[in-house]
Amino acid sequence: MTTLLLADHDGRALADATARALTPAQAIGDPVDILVAGNDCAAVASEAARLEGVRQVLLADGPALAHALAEPLTALLVGLAPGYTALVAAATGTGKTVMPRVAALLDVAQISEVTAVIDATTFARPIYAGNAIETVRSGDATRVLTVRAASFPPAIHGGGDAAVVSIPVPETSARSQFVSAELSRSDRPDLTAAPIVISGGRAFGSAEAFRKYLEPIAAKLNAAIGASRAAVDAGYAPNELQVGQTGKIVAPDLYIAVGISGAIQHLAGMKGSRIIVAINKDPEAPIFAVADFGLVGDLDLILPELEHAL
Amino acid sequence: MKILVGVKRVVDPNVRVRVKADGSGVDLANVKMAMNPFDEIALEEALRLREAGHADEVVAVSVGDSASTDTLRSALAMGADRAILVKAEGRTEPLAVAKILMAVAMREGIGLAILGKQAIDDDANQTGQMLSALLGWPIATFASKVVAEGETLLVTREIDAGRETLRLALPAVVTADLRLNQPRYASLPNIMKAKKKPIDELTAAALAIDTSPRLTVLKVSDPPPRQPGIRVSSVAELVAKLREAGAL
Repeated sequence: MTTLLLADHDGRALADATARALTPAQAIGDPVDILVAGNDCAAVASEAARLEGVRQVLLADGPALAHALAEPLTALLVGLAPGYTALVAAATGTGKTVMPRVAALLDVAQISEVTAVIDATTFARPIYAGNAIETVRSGDATRVLTVRAASFPPAIHGGGDAAVVSIPVPETSARSQFVSAELSRSDRPDLTAAPIVISGGRAFGSAEAFRKYLEPIAAKLNAAIGASRAAVDAGYAPNELQVGQTGKIVAPDLYIAVGISGAIQHLAGMKGSRIIVAINKDPEAPIFAVADFGLVGDLDLILPELEHAL
Repeated sequence: MKILVGVKRVVDPNVRVRVKADGSGVDLANVKMAMNPFDEIALEEALRLREAGHADEVVAVSVGDSASTDTLRSALAMGADRAILVKAEGRTEPLAVAKILMAVAMREGIGLAILGKQAIDDDANQTGQMLSALLGWPIATFASKVVAEGETLLVTREIDAGRETLRLALPAVVTADLRLNQPRYASLPNIMKAKKKPIDELTAAALAIDTSPRLTVLKVSDPPPRQPGIRVSSVAELVAKLREAGAL
């Protein structure tokens, strides 16, 4: 009875989502191994080994595993599966792509975006954009889960000293190839890990205004910047900043929503935040229903004043 | 090339669902239903590939009870050439749907399957991935751009850190993200024409696929409520309240 946690990383550093995913992986109740797969990623494995409460770290390192392509990663996990009773990944882009494939090849159900581990086979997860919580019990021999990182505190860094064991990279004839990537370069903290998030909506009216009003406040608060779907669709912010049912799920200590009306799809991505502030000129905007503190007014007047007051 | 598009009948995205008092599920009685929005995007992309000469036929497939015929009619009205309803009783999990789609893809000689990245009811985000694994086809999830190039597809995907482009050898599976395209509205003449287009019916049993759920739903409950908040009248008051709450 052992659990395997698939690590997320960029080749250099372990993602915060993995340290968080370790918490529910341990809540299943069995020893946890972490799998670090990639190309030239030994440093990530060493970092994973320092997380508290890890039995061992498996390192699969080779060019075939670069860019976290679905096919080689699936083959690797399916090959390891017989040694485990639960396979877990954070519900990141990689986890969401690979874990259903692994489950299908094991002929078991996959349980997505788990927000609570009730026991080794029983899990809670949001459905209908978080408007209902479903508690399910798995009858399968192997449980394959993705877990919502924002719902769990991170495991302690530096508390552990697990062994790193190198494992072979399986031969696969991948029929997909990596071509190119356009990665965002931002000085801001990671949206899914930042303690403070300030998000903007369509009310900004332009990409220039979005940056002009939000960036100085984000810099002062050391906050991440997020966006509503409307702001991303309008081109004010890049896709990776979208917060919502189909974007990133965040649960910071403080979430400031500016010029965001509060569609259920957006609320699904942020209503787990500890404190929510809504700034909107429409006093009837649905975002106020979930806000701890609401301020009605024009963002071009309020935001400069807020920057000044911080 | 034939393109398969999976379409699911779900609660209309603008409806706020209510959890049943007995905790057995959400109340779907008299609730407006619609095609899953991501499936509309998937279908639109398939139609564009056909219109650009990269495909000859677009086949819409839905798994569900006879009410899913409405969803298939909508797909035909948007421009799908044919539709297949695979009847399955009760709750069908993504694994069962993926097995059904696999069987249909093999019968139909499908060259590309495009699915919505997730259904907005169960928010599972699994079926396309499972289908690709079962068929042994490559996959690109969360597609925001698809370009056909000979026997390959160049797919740009929305990933956590930005965007990346993959090249897939066909046959392949693609799952559609929000910004892949803006789905068309069905015109009245096309709605009329759709009434004459064929909808074939199959059953999961006839395809020899066991759709019994692997998960037992123990309960469905309301999410924990948030405490009601307050309105503040000024930036100064807001900052003071946030400091008081230890948020700044």
